[in-house]
Amino acid sequence: MALLDVSGFKSHSGLGVFGTDASERWNRIDHFTFGSKCQEFALPVGSDPVGFLKSCSGENGVSIDLNHGTTTLAFKFRHGVIVAVDSRASAGRYIASKDVNKVIEINPYLLGTMSGSAADCQYWERLLAKECRLYKLRNKERISVSAASKLLCNMMLGYRGMGLSVGSMICGWDKKGPGLYYVDDNGTRLSGRMFSTGCGNGYAYGVVDSGYREDMTVEEAYELGLRGITHATHRDAYSGGVVNMYHMQEEGWIKVCQEDVSDLIHRYKKGMF
Amino acid sequence: MSYDRAITVFSPDGHLFQVEYAQEAVKKGSTVVGVRGKTIVVVGVEKKSVAKLQDDRTVRKICILDDNVFMAFAGLTADARIVINRARVGCQSHRLTVEDPVTVEYITRFISNLKQRYTQSNGRRPFGISSLITGFDFDGTPHLYHTDPSGTYHAWKANAIGRSAKTVREFLEKNYKDEHVASDEGAIRLAIKALLEVVQSGRKNIELAVMKQNEPMRILDPEEVDQHVLALEMEKEEAEKRKKI
Repeated sequence: MALLDVSGFKSHSGLGVFGTDASERWNRIDHFTFGSKCQEFALPVGSDPVGFLKSCSGENGVSIDLNHGTTTLAFKFRHGVIVAVDSRASAGRYIASKDVNKVIEINPYLLGTMSGSAADCQYWERLLAKECRLYKLRNKERISVSAASKLLCNMMLGYRGMGLSVGSMICGWDKKGPGLYYVDDNGTRLSGRMFSTGCGNGYAYGVVDSGYREDMTVEEAYELGLRGITHATHRDAYSGGVVNMYHMQEEGWIKVCQEDVSDLIHRYKKGMF
Repeated sequence: MSYDRAITVFSPDGHLFQVEYAQEAVKKGSTVVGVRGKTIVVVGVEKKSVAKLQDDRTVRKICILDDNVFMAFAGLTADARIVINRARVGCQSHRLTVEDPVTVEYITRFISNLKQRYTQSNGRRPFGISSLITGFDFDGTPHLYHTDPSGTYHAWKANAIGRSAKTVREFLEKNYKDEHVASDEGAIRLAIKALLEVVQSGRKNIELAVMKQNEPMRILDPEEVDQHVLALEMEKEEAEKRKKI
């Protein structure tokens, strides 16, 4: 009703703090403009996931420790952005899969990497892909990398403290040039030249930091990306499988290669084995 | 049965009378003319005469929506205030989520969606304003859009709304040439000339706002307006002299 709207009254329909009726969502003026302003998942009344998880943070003995079992890396250089990821999915100490695709191809100019909980990453990044497509249809131009990363970041912020586990890098090429953003489940969103996520990130940083030059050739950059992931998978138990590498150029991304780390590590550590 | 009562009822021949009556309310408002030049956008409004004791600086028909977009309206001032407020919030909301200023088309679409929503819910009446929304996009292209109470919008090279809009628009159709508006002076002169068709000349009755790329909107001083008006009058005299010879 008009009067209810003008006075700003929000009727609590018993769906909890975040839940809103699906039909109400269509009525909002910003539904047709940009972004998902309403929460995807309604919470049951009376549940308090934030409080519950706080009580599991370790001081009381019970501890839920969410690992980002993976290694992903991305860096900007003169000729674009290199994205390299491993492909191991682990469930505790069990290797659940050795060929998971941890890069989501949002559109020919946007890539997203995944680390953390596989389910969370896949779901939220596919939702991001949907929003990016809607943006393109409504505004007749591709979404910028900063806007796409902000959308993902806002989705994460909506469920902050409730146990999501997402460490993602959004890479793309838009009107402002190459873009690289790191987004995680705390709502952190950082723009930068180089990021590495997952529990193997320390090893990857070491390798890439020592070999990085802004004016690398494309071949050198490919080698650096491969090395970073390979050395990380060699030392980190939760990373392995193959290296999937992408190169983000002005005309879009290309998939460079998919190489098995066991072959690569022998190439790099000649004489060690 | 009378079909003008409820906004949500169509008449048998497909009209939404409330929306059409809102368009009539727009025709009562004072004239606004907009011209899109190559590197400048110009909006001129007819200033209604104010009462003696009234402070005429508080009557503003031209309003900034953001650094790169502004609008002028014709119709119910109070309705315009609401629309402008929402549009301003919309611009900042866009800046927050997308980290870029709005394009003129985006904010026009936003305003049009708002207006359309009010033509399709019970308990509300449509906004009684038409607006000319103009400015520059991030990449430097100028735009001029016109929205009406039904929620439709179109892009124009030059347009007029409000009282005698038809006369002004016909004048613009005859006199708008891309070469004329290629210069800033040309665009400003065209807007003033068009407005002078229906308004008595003089600084007291015309208010002009211009915007150039990467510059904020600027309302011309009355002296500047006078200068342009004088120059136009001299041109007119010379043209007539030449005709007589």
